[in-house]
Amino acid sequence: MEDDAPVIYGLEFQARALTAQTAETDAIRFLVGTQSLKFENQIHIIDFDDENNIINKNVLLHHAGEIWHISASPADKGVLTTCYNKTSESRVLTCAAVWRMPPEWESGSHESPDDSSNSPQTLELLCHLDNTAHGNTACVLWEPMGDGKRVISLADSHVVLWDLQESSTKATISSSATLEGKGQLKFTSGKWSPHHNCTQLATANDMAIRGWDLRSMSQIYCIENAHGQLVRDLDFNPNKQYYLASCGDDCKVKFWDVRHINEPVKTLEEHSHWVWSVRYNHSHDQLLLTASSDSRVILSNMVSISSEPFGHLVDDDDLSDSEETHHEEKSKEPLQDSIIATYEEHEDSVYAVEWSSADPWLFASLSYDGRLVINRVPRALKYRILL
Amino acid sequence: MKAAGLRFPVSGSSSPGRKRRLLRLYYSAAPEPQQEEQPDPCDINGAQFDPELYLNKLRKECSLNELMDQESCMVRQIRSLDSDMQTLVYENYNKFISATDTIRKMKNDFKKMEDEMDCLSTNMAAITEFSARISGTLQDQHAQITKLSGVHTLLRKLQFLFELPARLNKCLELQAYAQAVSSHCRARCVLQQYSHMPSFRGIQDDCHAIMERLAQQLRQKFRDGGTSAKELSECVELLLQLDEPAEELCDKFLSHAQTRLEADLQGLEAELRDSAPIDTDILEFIDRGCNEFVSNLCLVIASYQELFVNRPQEGDKLLVFVDTLAARYFSLVERRIQEEKGVGDNSLLVRALDRFHRRLQAVSKLLPGSAVPSQGTEIVIQAARERIKQYLSALQSFYLDSLTDVRQALAAPRGPPGKEAPPSLPDLLTSLSNSILNQIKSVLASVHLFTAKDITFSSKPYFKGEFCSQGVREGLVVSFIKFICQSSRQFCESAGDRGGSTPPVLLLLLSRLCLDFETSTISYILTLTDEQFLVQHHSPVTAVTALCAEAREAAQKLLNHYVKVQGLIISQMLRKSVETRDWVNTIEPRNVRAVMKRVVEDTTSIDVQVGLLYEEGVRKAHSSDSSKRTFSVYSSSRQQIRYAPSYTPSAPMDTNLLSNIHKLFSERIDIFSPVEFNKVSVLTGIIKISLKTFLECVRLRTFGRYGLQQIQVDCHYLQMYLWRFVSDENLVHFLLDEIVGSAAHRCLDPSPMEQSVIEVICERG
Repeated sequence: MEDDAPVIYGLEFQARALTAQTAETDAIRFLVGTQSLKFENQIHIIDFDDENNIINKNVLLHHAGEIWHISASPADKGVLTTCYNKTSESRVLTCAAVWRMPPEWESGSHESPDDSSNSPQTLELLCHLDNTAHGNTACVLWEPMGDGKRVISLADSHVVLWDLQESSTKATISSSATLEGKGQLKFTSGKWSPHHNCTQLATANDMAIRGWDLRSMSQIYCIENAHGQLVRDLDFNPNKQYYLASCGDDCKVKFWDVRHINEPVKTLEEHSHWVWSVRYNHSHDQLLLTASSDSRVILSNMVSISSEPFGHLVDDDDLSDSEETHHEEKSKEPLQDSIIATYEEHEDSVYAVEWSSADPWLFASLSYDGRLVINRVPRALKYRILL
Repeated sequence: MKAAGLRFPVSGSSSPGRKRRLLRLYYSAAPEPQQEEQPDPCDINGAQFDPELYLNKLRKECSLNELMDQESCMVRQIRSLDSDMQTLVYENYNKFISATDTIRKMKNDFKKMEDEMDCLSTNMAAITEFSARISGTLQDQHAQITKLSGVHTLLRKLQFLFELPARLNKCLELQAYAQAVSSHCRARCVLQQYSHMPSFRGIQDDCHAIMERLAQQLRQKFRDGGTSAKELSECVELLLQLDEPAEELCDKFLSHAQTRLEADLQGLEAELRDSAPIDTDILEFIDRGCNEFVSNLCLVIASYQELFVNRPQEGDKLLVFVDTLAARYFSLVERRIQEEKGVGDNSLLVRALDRFHRRLQAVSKLLPGSAVPSQGTEIVIQAARERIKQYLSALQSFYLDSLTDVRQALAAPRGPPGKEAPPSLPDLLTSLSNSILNQIKSVLASVHLFTAKDITFSSKPYFKGEFCSQGVREGLVVSFIKFICQSSRQFCESAGDRGGSTPPVLLLLLSRLCLDFETSTISYILTLTDEQFLVQHHSPVTAVTALCAEAREAAQKLLNHYVKVQGLIISQMLRKSVETRDWVNTIEPRNVRAVMKRVVEDTTSIDVQVGLLYEEGVRKAHSSDSSKRTFSVYSSSRQQIRYAPSYTPSAPMDTNLLSNIHKLFSERIDIFSPVEFNKVSVLTGIIKISLKTFLECVRLRTFGRYGLQQIQVDCHYLQMYLWRFVSDENLVHFLLDEIVGSAAHRCLDPSPMEQSVIEVICERG
């Protein structure tokens, strides 16, 4: 059972921003935002044909500036937000905006995928998430599984909750909160929790992780010194409501139970440099991806703290004796947490990694030099989890 | 003629030899072999003397004068021989005559004696006859006398019997119980035998009554207590003789003994309770226990066995009795031993235990089946185990204390003038490792007392085997070494998350300490232990190699952590310097930024620090002009980027270039990777971490023209100074290349500074 070789796609520009097209559940599609100060920035729409192992790309122009963060609407395939740098009068400001992809990008590209660069289409601006009062926007978060009407932006030390109205052409601030404390506090990243009816948010600033209640816009927990250094990213376990994973500059990945914040549930120390991104698999939360500036992507199997710590539960009555014993062996095996694979296709720092929204066994990682690599979970593991 | 020849001088042989020869001849003894060989016919004294030959010989050999002399000499000798012979004949004749006279005289005397003997025999016959007649007449009288004397003794016995009651009474009054009992015993069977006669019966009854009283008194005395063990046993002995029921006596005896032994125990307990350990040491306590309780116990056992020797079924009772009391005694001793916590002087405890154990041997001799001695040994073993644990914790706290000392020494302000300079790192290291070693040695010496030859329990199998291997080697030495490694590892874990409470120098020092442990100290200590305790490895023990591996692992971990901490300190400076500056609106660079100088300074001081403890290590060969040479490479690669002609999306020039550069260094650089135990490797690690941080921070910023130029200047400055610290300078060049390259990419107006200008700025300051 040989695994498919990774598929590599090279962008012309350096890039940091990657997201799966969240609302798309049939096609495997990723969006990549480029970073270039001198040329027109682009959003690459990368379609992966699973059967033929072929990548189809479409390019949309993003005139506003270099893209630092990108996220797609969970409700509307065509809507996305970006955080981009705007340079004006020798001042650099990171702004955020909601965009719509032109409806005809798909049809146009299919006819002549090669010369799409000749006449790239442009994104249609829906509205700005005006942040002049709040400062640089670090990221924009869509309400998970929502109707695409609510987003949160993290700008410097502010959490701002926006309501998108009139087909997302108008954004109004519905509420906001500010991080209080000594010094210049700045959010580095955040995550909107899919649990508790989407009323919670977790943010990272410096070495701390904070939880927020969106109804009262107040802090509900704070893990000071969650990491030895800067916390770079965090992610909620999609199946266990109190569990979240974080990563940071101390090369570690930590798992937290937010009800017991004194000690991490578990700590991984596999990377040899800062860990920039951590992602739970959407369906099988034992699978965890981490991306690091040591140019590696690591896929770990964290069975012991997953929602299926004993493997798939199988009805014993249906099994004959021999199968039963066989099954028991199998179910004992995955109890050990382990590193499944280390992917070394990148040659520069990997800043982003994302699971596909359509195929739970597929993921993409993006390194700074513009290389996008699409990989699959090893088949052996896939069948062990499924069967 | 022959006789004359006897004295012939020419023969030359000495006179004793000749005499012997003649005697031998006379007795026809076997002649000596050599003479048989060659009988000389010319020997005038010889048996084969041939006068003719001799004469011829003389005539041939001698001159006339000599012949004349010979002749006169021979005549002279013949004459003297003649006179000698005459004298001998006369003497023998006289003697023969006197002998004849004597024989005749004896013949007369014998005749007279024969007559006298005849007379004597007739007289003897007469005497025999008379004597027979006398004895015949005296026969009757003798029989009568014998009978009379028999009656006399019987009467005396009777008198004794009649007087017995009175006598017993008197004894009772005088409390001479022993005498009374012995008297009674003597009379008892007689009285028993003749009890059918009324008079005897009366006596017997009287005696019984008296003895009853006596027994009563004895019992009373027995019950009263207060009497010594000796008196008590006497008492019991008497009662036994009086046919008291043995079992009852046994019980009474034991219960009585118990009360007294319990008093002893209470005395001991009181001593224990009054928090007395401060006043009396354990040796005194054990002494007291031995002298009072154990010796009394022995006395009880001995007298019991003596008294009830013919009642084997009572032995179990004694065993139970001894065991229960001993158990209480043991619990007291155990409590006392547990209070012995100070680890200063082990000899006292060992001596006390030895005494304790030795005294119990007496019990085992008296009472072979008892469990007491083995329980005692168990207590000793337990105490030894406890002791080892205490020593281990003492060692551990000692180690932690010395670490605190080292920390303080490290934290002490570096030499204000006038005060004595703080000890240098190598000094601290040696003093630390020496003090640990000495402490281990002294502990070993203390523990060694347990196995000294003159200690009774040292020959027990436990002390020969398990104590040495499991106890001392594993429980003490190995555990301590493991503890050191463990605590070292904890430094790495706790410090990482809690903001580095451990000073990095301490990490470095400990790492070296662990490494030294690995190379020499561990095997030395273990060899020392094995030698001192003659450890025989019955059970599996931790191998030296396993311990060494553990120590090495700890050393590695500490050093890695040191690199990490130091790298982070420098990283933090670099990060702050990049993050806090507005790189778009900065002024044209005139100087190297102060933070870069600080980085170089810090790196230099780390270099010195590490150099104090670790060897230089190998670096890749480079020319002395290294910084210049490689700088040209560095700048040319920059040029390619700067003047990349047409920068179009279809020709992703920079991506290619970056990967080209990567290909130059085919090996992936692991930033936080394990380092080797040498200075260069450590410094390489630190610099790698710092520069990678620098790179990542630069990539997050946007630069104006002068911002890029400032980065160029800074990198050139780092280039000038950092290459000398690392093992492979290409690494530094590569990372600095990346930094400037990334800065150029992130630059709004990438117009680089002239190389010559950069060099001027850097050399200026």
